[in-house]
Amino acid sequence: MTAAVFFGCTFIAFGPAISLFLFTIAREPLRVIFLIAGAFFWLVSLLLSSLVWFISVQISNKESAAQQKGLLIFGVVLSVLLQETFRFGYYKLLKKANEGLLTLSQEETMPISIRQLAYVSGLGFGFMSGAFSVVNILADSAGPGTIGIHGDSQHYFLSSAFMTMAIILLHMFWGVVFFDACEKRCWWAVGLVVIVHLLVSCLTFQNPDYTATLVPAYVILFGMGVWAFYTAGGSLRNLKLCLTCKDKDFLLSNHRPR
Amino acid sequence: IWDKNELRGGGGPEQNGHPPATRPAVQEVEEDEDEEMTLKYGAKHVIMLFVPVTLCMAVVVATIKSVGFYTRKDGQRLIYTPFPEDTDTVGQRAVNSILNATIMITVIIVMTLVLVLLYKYRCYKVIHGWLFLSSLFLLFFFSYIYLQEVFKTYNVAMDYFTLVIIIWNFGVVGMMCIHWKGPLRLQQAYLIMISALMALVFIKYLPEWTAWLILAVISVYDLLAVLCPKGPLRILVETAQERNEPIFPALIYSSTMVWLVNMADTGGPRRESAEETQEAAAPEPAESPPPLSSPQDDGGFTPSWVSQQEHQLGQLQSTEETRRQIQQMPSARPPAEEDEEERGVKLGLGDFIFYSMLVGKAAASGDWNTTLACFVAILIGLCLTLLLLAIFKKALPALPISIFFGLVFYFATDNLVKPFMDKLALHQFYI
Repeated sequence: MTAAVFFGCTFIAFGPAISLFLFTIAREPLRVIFLIAGAFFWLVSLLLSSLVWFISVQISNKESAAQQKGLLIFGVVLSVLLQETFRFGYYKLLKKANEGLLTLSQEETMPISIRQLAYVSGLGFGFMSGAFSVVNILADSAGPGTIGIHGDSQHYFLSSAFMTMAIILLHMFWGVVFFDACEKRCWWAVGLVVIVHLLVSCLTFQNPDYTATLVPAYVILFGMGVWAFYTAGGSLRNLKLCLTCKDKDFLLSNHRPR
Repeated sequence: IWDKNELRGGGGPEQNGHPPATRPAVQEVEEDEDEEMTLKYGAKHVIMLFVPVTLCMAVVVATIKSVGFYTRKDGQRLIYTPFPEDTDTVGQRAVNSILNATIMITVIIVMTLVLVLLYKYRCYKVIHGWLFLSSLFLLFFFSYIYLQEVFKTYNVAMDYFTLVIIIWNFGVVGMMCIHWKGPLRLQQAYLIMISALMALVFIKYLPEWTAWLILAVISVYDLLAVLCPKGPLRILVETAQERNEPIFPALIYSSTMVWLVNMADTGGPRRESAEETQEAAAPEPAESPPPLSSPQDDGGFTPSWVSQQEHQLGQLQSTEETRRQIQQMPSARPPAEEDEEERGVKLGLGDFIFYSMLVGKAAASGDWNTTLACFVAILIGLCLTLLLLAIFKKALPALPISIFFGLVFYFATDNLVKPFMDKLALHQFYI
């Protein structure tokens, strides 16, 4: 495995996320803090689900491979549910913090809006999720070895990288939709986000059949992207204005001439 | 982390250069503006701390992962941890590590008390010389060893003449930047580098269980020493307040103009050096090593020295914050030059060292997930510490929360999350 594989997979997996971070989050200290806090919440959810899985493995029959796989699937489902629970918990915490800050500062506007928080927290979840999924694999890809020498798929690294990119972006979209749904109290949307997350994770059970895993995942990614775009206030008109550099609000706020 | 006002005996809210009694009318307005600005400046300063801490950790992790020297156990120990850990039984190992940690923490307590006494009796010259000599040692000797090991790892052929020139320049510029004047970024870079070097030394020479125990005990000690009324650090802080001197600008990472630190301090940095030089002097004559341990590897850099930094620094950090808040409040007094300095944040090098040591040990165990988890945990701990400081405005230690989170996440990730994620990666399941 070569440096090309290592760098290629790293950039595929983290490229979009890091660009988003650099261009939209890195300059605002408050956003960076909430990003890291989001990553922390995801980590705690993972810890809890690992704890439950670990206990269940200890009390189970370690010889039976089928049982172990079943437990793993149970672990995945539990982890997804816990992640979404923690996303909700983070939302509640942010609402409380924002209210507290408002009353303290007696200002009309919050220093950071709930939509920005949704985006940032989603990306935080995504970063952590992606990092935990793929960093060990990337580290191995920089070392010596031959991929798939025992008959496994040759595209392990590449598919991992693509799946990771999808997951990171999906987390961001889920964050935006989830927070907005919580704000507007439409619980069906919240439920739908949870179901879609479960669906994407369960799709990966079909690995290494990558066409059955990656293609639906990217279709879902595209769908969620469109949903998140409309939730965040985008529309075809906005998009057209932005792409042709005629969006006056955007230009004004960035002090650029048309 | 401490509030000047509280120790002055209460009185009104923090005022910018005026005694509290004279300005009651503008009190409320200032508090409101204070809160809003606190948040904005608070976030900015949290990030100003995140970046150097992240850089230091990155240097340590990169070194640990590439240079094998710092993870190799050569059987040498510091004289402060004389009991070996490669014993036959687990029980014996536990007892040895507890003894090691006890010795270390006793040394630290003694050094802190000596420090407080030296400060009380104004032995500033001793401290100054000590600090100078110890940073000299660190910048030349340890960086020489580091460079040597890096060359060995990458099989770079290097002659002594070039090496001497490199080390000489590195060391001299470092001494100038740290103790005198220099470009801010260069000084920050040097402080990060020496913190990383110290953390690497600890990672190499402290045995496994001893290191974890020391981390835990140091956090508890920090908590006690700062919060208890008779704690040495609290006494130190109060003494400095009485004398109206800035405490220990020594060996702090500062994000703004640091030459003002040297201007402002009279005895601060000097204090620390007194201890170090005495420490460094003591092992030198006693070169014949006792059978159990070899003191050659201990450069006289007792971890106690650095922990003192972090004790003070934990406070310093908040000191600057409260001073900054005060500076931002409107006042009739024209802003002093110290304003620039106050607007920045200062963090103790001891904090850097122990954070990096924790993350470095996580990296040494081989798993990147653990490293990442500890990194995030420490950053969140730092965030929470600063938040608590902003809320309570009272003396708080800087280490405990971060180290506690770091330790919890290290052991939890290493034992629970790692097998789970490994199994998931094996089947390529995604959560």
